[in-house]
Amino acid sequence: MPLPTKDILGILADNLNQRKSVLPISNAAATRWSKGLDLPKGGKTVLYTGHLYQLIPIIDAMSGQMSKFENSPITKYFGLGRNVNKFINMTFFMGMMASKDEQKDYDRMLRNIALLLKKANIDFGYLYGEELYSGALVYDEGVDGSFAKHAQRVADMFKKNGVEKIITVDPHTTHTLRTVFPEFVKGFDVEVKSYLEVLAESGMEPDTQITDELSIHDSCVYARHENVVDQPRQLLAKTGAKLNEPRLCGKNTHCCGGPLESLFPSESHRIAGNRTEQLKESGGNVATMCPICLVSLRKAAKGSVKVNDLSDTLARAYGV
Amino acid sequence: MSRVSSKLASAVKCSDTFNADACMHCGVCTAVCPMGIEMLPRKLFRYVQVGLEDKVRENISTIYQCLLCGMCAENCPAEVNIADNVRFLRKYINENEFNLS
Ligand code: SF4
Ligand code: SF4
Repeated sequence: MPLPTKDILGILADNLNQRKSVLPISNAAATRWSKGLDLPKGGKTVLYTGHLYQLIPIIDAMSGQMSKFENSPITKYFGLGRNVNKFINMTFFMGMMASKDEQKDYDRMLRNIALLLKKANIDFGYLYGEELYSGALVYDEGVDGSFAKHAQRVADMFKKNGVEKIITVDPHTTHTLRTVFPEFVKGFDVEVKSYLEVLAESGMEPDTQITDELSIHDSCVYARHENVVDQPRQLLAKTGAKLNEPRLCGKNTHCCGGPLESLFPSESHRIAGNRTEQLKESGGNVATMCPICLVSLRKAAKGSVKVNDLSDTLARAYGV
Repeated sequence: MSRVSSKLASAVKCSDTFNADACMHCGVCTAVCPMGIEMLPRKLFRYVQVGLEDKVRENISTIYQCLLCGMCAENCPAEVNIADNVRFLRKYINENEFNLS
């Protein structure tokens, strides 16, 4: 049996309703990346992580389990799981299974982003434990009632803190806040920009020239919905890195398969495999700009090509 | 025999998200879809427009298998926003089949 769509969506929506996130994580796990950076609390401009980078190691631990359940008789019991989850936060236990190395890895990407913004002289704060997940996944799955309530909570959080500008770190959060929120939250008019847009506009210059050869993977959401295509290329062009464009790139980029991970893991892995082959053909290490693309392509590549978050390359070249 | 559901038909009519009228069945969306989904605009969306709820139910899997990646819409000559239509159907199924909202 395939994984039961109804029960899995039910768990995600219940979590969002009861615990304010599809996969609730502890404050410590959400804010650990910022340790020692001395970012001011709040402010008119905030860096909003939307928890996606922090969630990947946990999603990764969970999806390892879920793939085993796909096509197994255990899928019958997911309904039961949903009931248990109402009383006990099951994500908490999954969180304990997440790899520490992977958590460090994703935390570092967020640190890179914050340090790059500092280096570009951008004045910003962070909401620490007050920050909430954006609701992106629940919107995509069409659970609109739960999403609408959550979007209002998130908007209230920004309002209460007097936030006027939001800097996002991933395409899904950028799209949710910039394009979807205004449809669901009356009067939501906070300016939303991805860190890649902010850095490109800042005109910052790299400290060192690097010799990396990169095969660049555009995120569907950045490229097709949010028009973020040129900014990463501008930032990379200054570093001396050699940029290779795969056959499908920019507005015609090919999906990483990640969005299907929670409901149809084997289909998700098939799509990721196809995309990895295309990226390998164009040559060089793969550079991603979304944590979901990163984890999907890394898993599909199985070490046959290096897949890295763009922030790692930028951090090295721009000396942070 | 498929039954026509007035609920589905009127949900579609009242919606400002569901719109597939402009589709001219050219097949570009299928050709570029990474999932190879051939069902959506050319068949399923037609069934939806005439309110064939059973057909929607039969294709629940396809509806949740779309990546919402937008490759289809990017290349559609008639500018059908396929991903928005898919989201509309998910919402309809969540509410009417899965009791989720
Ligand atoms: S590409 Fe557009 S017009 Fe062509 S079949 Fe698909 S939805 Fe219809
Ligand atoms: S949005 Fe869905 S139907 Fe369109 S190309 Fe992507 S997977 Fe295929």
